[in-house]
Amino acid sequence: MDLQTLTYIIVGATFLLYIGIAVWARAGSTHEFYVAGGGVSPLANGMATAADWMSAASFISMAGLISFMGYDGSVYLMGWTGGYVLLALCLAPYLRKFGKFTVPDFIGDRYYSQTARTVAVVCAILVSFVYVAGQMRGVGVVFSRFLEVDIETGVVVGMAVVFFYAVLGGMKGITYTQVAQYCVLIFAYLVPAIFISLMITGNPIPQLGFGSTIEGTDTYLLDKLDGLSTELGFALYTDGTKSMMDVFAITAALMVGTAGLPHVIVRFFTVPRVKDARISAGWALIFIMILYTTAPSIGAFARYNMINTLNGPDHQGTLVSEAPQWVKNWEKTGLIKHEDKNGDGRMFYSGDARNEMTIDRDIMVLANPEIAQLPNWVIALVAAGAVAAALSTAAGLLLVISTSISHDLLKRNLMPNISDKMELRYARGAAAVAILVAGYLGINPPGFVAEVVAFAFGLAAASFFPAIILGIFYKKMNKEGAVAGMLAGMVFTIGYIVYFKGIFITPMAANVPANWFLGISPEGIGTVGMLVNFVVAFAVSKFTKEVPAEVQDIVESIRFPKGAGAASSH
Amino acid sequence: MAFQSSEQASAYWRENVSLMLKLLAIWFAVSFGAGILFVDALNAVQFFGFKLGFWFAQQGSIYVFVLLIFVYVVKMNQLDQKYNVQEE
Repeated sequence: MDLQTLTYIIVGATFLLYIGIAVWARAGSTHEFYVAGGGVSPLANGMATAADWMSAASFISMAGLISFMGYDGSVYLMGWTGGYVLLALCLAPYLRKFGKFTVPDFIGDRYYSQTARTVAVVCAILVSFVYVAGQMRGVGVVFSRFLEVDIETGVVVGMAVVFFYAVLGGMKGITYTQVAQYCVLIFAYLVPAIFISLMITGNPIPQLGFGSTIEGTDTYLLDKLDGLSTELGFALYTDGTKSMMDVFAITAALMVGTAGLPHVIVRFFTVPRVKDARISAGWALIFIMILYTTAPSIGAFARYNMINTLNGPDHQGTLVSEAPQWVKNWEKTGLIKHEDKNGDGRMFYSGDARNEMTIDRDIMVLANPEIAQLPNWVIALVAAGAVAAALSTAAGLLLVISTSISHDLLKRNLMPNISDKMELRYARGAAAVAILVAGYLGINPPGFVAEVVAFAFGLAAASFFPAIILGIFYKKMNKEGAVAGMLAGMVFTIGYIVYFKGIFITPMAANVPANWFLGISPEGIGTVGMLVNFVVAFAVSKFTKEVPAEVQDIVESIRFPKGAGAASSH
Repeated sequence: MAFQSSEQASAYWRENVSLMLKLLAIWFAVSFGAGILFVDALNAVQFFGFKLGFWFAQQGSIYVFVLLIFVYVVKMNQLDQKYNVQEE
């Protein structure tokens, strides 16, 4: 059977599965719509959180980035897992005891202020939209490569499916669909990794193959890659090129940003007890770990395979007429380009003047099974996995957006007297509108979709994280301090990113290390933004009114588990 | 107030915070320490087919993160029992 038919069958079957689950788990109340009725078991919740967390970026782009960046790629690996430790130890149990639906709920009540609530709502909506646009784009890319339809059609199909189960099922539908999506995506990620690990090192476990010798030789894979890198004029694979300061700052910004992202935090409101919130984070990280420890192995395998197939066994380059099939396939999409600079009719890939290839980093995971010449069903499976990763994240984000609008903005701010039923109707309406906007952004991406990931994390790190941490661990933090801190952190972070990246305006300075503050790139500036937030919050709180006694009592009461009820709206 | 006395409440909170800080110190040591600040020194050590610092940055730190969360869960459940503030 040809690849396209197989892809239709496998992707179609997974869609049927998701829709079936959504119909079965239809939400009947706001309680079910927002937090799945609070009755999800920690194991299922962990799996759903993992699927929610691992986006098109994790599934499609990350291993490719690592493959090209070597050691520098570690920022994503540590950054996107280490945040769960912060979540489990410092945030999840206390927010669950607090027992509300959303992050703006916590900020608004803890800081007894509508202003604080509004700042938090704006932040949550901004971060989520920025993020969701990239997911819809990811769905579009996969559809257009494997189903050979144009990107627009791909995005519309993706939107229709998400619309169906997010609007109908709310958090309850999303949670159970995500459990299924996790299974699909992890299977699709591991199968090619195991195949390729066996082929290169003879060890079926990719995490071990990563540190093994290349089959038939005594050379370790990583030593071989370092050797090839030197020979071809790249930085050492195990060394990288970023400064230590920058690696530190980016890792910290991603970790703290993870712990401050509203669509991640809200998962811990869906479990029945405080105890379950703690262990949920543990399960989630185990499920995430399986993919995140496989990714660097895939990166190394892909790099080795790619250099070998492009430069040929004698390292002199491959004749264009004998180019491998995967190169021909991806040249059609324009994501691989070859320019025969020395006119010898051969393709050659290197890190210096001899290089003739332009290769888009995002294609590595999708092309990897083709490079290793795995059977078609494996390639179709990878396509289904990528779609699952993008859809599960998009659905989680859309729910945060619709909740922010119907609950935080309408119910808690503009029209406090609406009934549960009306609120649910507004929530569904808001989700529908959000999907349309996200789809539009997916089809017409503003030039900065690649930059926005850093933007979303920087923003979450510089705004939510300090406000929540202080809200739990520092009873004396008052509303003036928290609001001033959030605003200062946000303005600083947005300002720095815009200064170098020029979103909506032309950049005001070249985005090069020499111009950066302390050598920290815009990707890592959220770390400094977070520090700014803490400092401003402390300073302002010292000179303003003390926190009311009843709020201090609330803080006391979230510090131990006993008496946690179901999450409620008032 | 679920505690017997306010001394009990602050003792519980002290133990909670001290456990958290200990675990966060390990969290910092394996990622920012072994994976970033001291990566060059650790890379001089060979660990199977890996340089040790590189292994911490791309594999080891993640395994330790998972362990930390489960240690926290077990210890906190014991602490809740000790002060009788666990959920029914």
